[in-house]
Amino acid sequence: MREARSGSDRRSALRAFVIKELHHIVRDRQTLTILLLLPLAMVVLFGFALRNDISEVRIGIVDASPDAATIALRNRLSGNPRLSIVAVAPTADIVEPLFRRGDADIALVFPVGFAESLSRGTAARLLLISDASDPNTASMMAAYVNAVIASYAADRGVNRQSVQIVPQFRMRYNPTLKSVNLFVPGLIALVLTLVTALMTAISLSREKERGTLEILLVSPLRPWQIIVGKVMPYLLLAFGNVITALLAAWLVFNVPFRGSLMLLLGSSVLFAMVGLALGVLIAALTASQRAAMLGALVVTMLPNTLLSGLIFPIASLPGWLQAITYFVPARWFIVIARGIMLKGVGMSNLWKEHVILVVMLVVLFTAAVRSFKARLA
Amino acid sequence: MTAAIDAHELTRRFGNFTAVDAITFEVQAGEVFGFLGANGAGKTTAIKMLIGLLAPTSGTARVAEFDVTTDAESVRSHIGYMSQRFSLYDDLTVRENITLYGGIYGLTDAEIRDRGDGLIGRLHLEDAADARVQSLPLGWKQKLAFSVALLHRPAVVFLDEPTGGVDPITRRQFWDMIYDAAEDGTTILVTTHYLDEAEYCDRISIMVDGRIAAMGTPSEVKGRFGAASLDEVFLELVRPQSVSAVQHA
Amino acid sequence: MSDQPLVVNAVTKRFGATIALDQVSLDMRPAELFGLVGPDGAGKTTLFRILTTLLIPDSGSATVLGLDVVKDLWAIRARVGYMPGRFSLYPDLSVDENLRFFASVFGTSIDEGRAMIEPIYKQLEPFKDRRAGALSGGMKQKLALCCALVHRPDILFLDEPTTGVDAVSRREFWDLLDTFKASGLSILVSTAYMDEATRCDRVALMQQGRVLAVDKPSVIAARYPRPLLAVHAAERHALLQILRAYPHAASVYPFGDNLHYSDSRADLSAETIAAEIRTFLATQSVSDVRVAPIAPSVEDAFMELMGSPAEPVEVAA
Repeated sequence: MREARSGSDRRSALRAFVIKELHHIVRDRQTLTILLLLPLAMVVLFGFALRNDISEVRIGIVDASPDAATIALRNRLSGNPRLSIVAVAPTADIVEPLFRRGDADIALVFPVGFAESLSRGTAARLLLISDASDPNTASMMAAYVNAVIASYAADRGVNRQSVQIVPQFRMRYNPTLKSVNLFVPGLIALVLTLVTALMTAISLSREKERGTLEILLVSPLRPWQIIVGKVMPYLLLAFGNVITALLAAWLVFNVPFRGSLMLLLGSSVLFAMVGLALGVLIAALTASQRAAMLGALVVTMLPNTLLSGLIFPIASLPGWLQAITYFVPARWFIVIARGIMLKGVGMSNLWKEHVILVVMLVVLFTAAVRSFKARLA
Repeated sequence: MTAAIDAHELTRRFGNFTAVDAITFEVQAGEVFGFLGANGAGKTTAIKMLIGLLAPTSGTARVAEFDVTTDAESVRSHIGYMSQRFSLYDDLTVRENITLYGGIYGLTDAEIRDRGDGLIGRLHLEDAADARVQSLPLGWKQKLAFSVALLHRPAVVFLDEPTGGVDPITRRQFWDMIYDAAEDGTTILVTTHYLDEAEYCDRISIMVDGRIAAMGTPSEVKGRFGAASLDEVFLELVRPQSVSAVQHA
Repeated sequence: MSDQPLVVNAVTKRFGATIALDQVSLDMRPAELFGLVGPDGAGKTTLFRILTTLLIPDSGSATVLGLDVVKDLWAIRARVGYMPGRFSLYPDLSVDENLRFFASVFGTSIDEGRAMIEPIYKQLEPFKDRRAGALSGGMKQKLALCCALVHRPDILFLDEPTTGVDAVSRREFWDLLDTFKASGLSILVSTAYMDEATRCDRVALMQQGRVLAVDKPSVIAARYPRPLLAVHAAERHALLQILRAYPHAASVYPFGDNLHYSDSRADLSAETIAAEIRTFLATQSVSDVRVAPIAPSVEDAFMELMGSPAEPVEVAA
């Protein structure tokens, strides 16, 4: 009869267990690769790419009476490497279309008789309008432009006294700079991705693992029928989620809704279907439920949070990363959602983004049906 | 002499449902005891209590002289367990499994090495010692799992359907291994759906609806029911009305 | 030829370095209960998957109901009933919900299939609203059988339907199969339980991807090449050692209460050898000895045809 286990027995048991777990981790190649590469990718992204500073500010100029001072300031602005003047017009009616199309970040409206005010020493009121649908970057951009203006004023002030340029700030679309207005469209994208891509990937791979898929295959059902049948409930669920998210945003946070509700719901359904197709594809390509879950997280959730413009503005990403964002469906959906909710724009301004999503849907769905083989091997 | 397994009015309830209903039985050291019963009769629940995984609702049981209720941890470190669903880790090699279980049961490195080598030699697994367990045919996996369960020389070993799906020759080799272990003094409690294997046991018990409906040596049990085979006894106990159909067989 | 429900012709299938099926050939007659008998690793499941068009053979051909398994997969899939190994229905749906689902997948309804599944359904009816996951093992298998039959298939494929099920439920399951066979359904069923072989019209004994024999179970058993005796003594283990050491012993294996002893001298009659063994055992320290010739069973034949058990390390490990 052995004695009760001693302390060293317990330690050796622990050691044996730890070694076993290490074996398991090392031998699951798929999961191991993801777990090693993922943190590395995130460090690179956060360290080098994802920034909250700005790289480029696009300015639209409204100059009713160009004079020496306005031209001098305009030259100062366009001479700055981070600023570019995208349009110049004598009247303010270019501003709104510029913003709606997303072609300008800031509009600068010069008052009449700018040079005269400066030389007389009275306040020259410059109107600085920001597209504040992204309030964080809007403030930074406005501050930057203001700094350039201030340095121009300071330079002139060396020669004369009391040069006063008084910028007046307007935040278009989001006058109070509420962050929630920024986030809600992106959050809708995130929720949709969660319900569609992640849940379909898990549900399908669970069916595979459980063995019920075998019986479904040996039946008159075609693969596309199985796929559509599997994803339909998640589509309905996703739709319900959009509605509750919008209600919450509107009732609790007073997020504005300036555009067409039907268009937003339609776009949400389109985006949800892209997510579903992606989920099916991931389930078809992975071997286990765990791999499907990890795969769905890496391929959908991560890009949707970091590379979609939800948190980090795309404009401040390095070029190579911006190119990658073209392939992130959420990026396009966020443009659509922000456009509809905050700017009130319609299809005429958003057709490009819709077309891109439709193309993604067709490509992914075809790939999903193809990879969901009618046989086991 | 104290029994290796000693259950007295052992009971387990789940809400309103009584899975194990006051069973009482004893297994002596070195016995091979067949613990039989239909699916849902309460076998699995009873075994879980005996190996210290599930606390009894009432009643007592002592396994390897430790009380399963108050001293479950000692019970678990003095028994071996092998089930059909899970025995060894598929993605570890033969040697790694041996090292793992040896370590878990507190064997020294020297003991692990010596007993492991002995085990591998007896099973003629020298060429497969560094192969992953998943590459072994089922019969070998089961034989290996049984040997690993014996590695720390437990007093009592519980085998849960150890030979399901194994070819008939390897099954019998497995039972040779069981007999060898019993001869060394190890007590073996085994469940099986192969009723011919039930005949290999020293004594058997048959559970029906949470109770032990029959117990004794295979001949005693058959004699009591006037049956030629344990199959008939089983049928009589589980479906009393269909006995007449069997007697033609 | 085309009225044969199943024809398999020299089918081979490899997975990497492992040969799962090696030139397997067999065929079924209409309304036959045909058994694939063999342990794990024999290739039974792989064969089922090829016949249900889930896998393509590397070489050889097979037809189900006269249709080619590679070319006519959709035609086959509409007409077969399939029960894969392990319980693979939906545990969170009730008995009725599972049935309704599988009926609709095949474009039919429970009512249309009612007559066919009646023998099983009446055993399940008391539980019709219970979650499938909450049923006992034997009941689950009966439900799975029901779901495979509800669309009235022309042939039934059952992959180890009785594994892990207790002896009584197994018996009842085979009784049900007899009922269906009697109504004209062709059934291919696999099992690792040798005693179930005798309940089939014909069997194919399989081991490690090869077919060892195909015939009626009684014929296979009768082909056992040597005289066979059933020997009993109170001291079973001692008897085993003694007989194994006996000079003319060819094989000695436990079989339930007895040992099956086969003698290497095929020219002698079983009775002669029985008398000889009786005399011999009288000199040994065993009691309650009974020796009698016995007709070989399928299990005896299988072990004989098997040769030795599988090696632990396969061909190209």
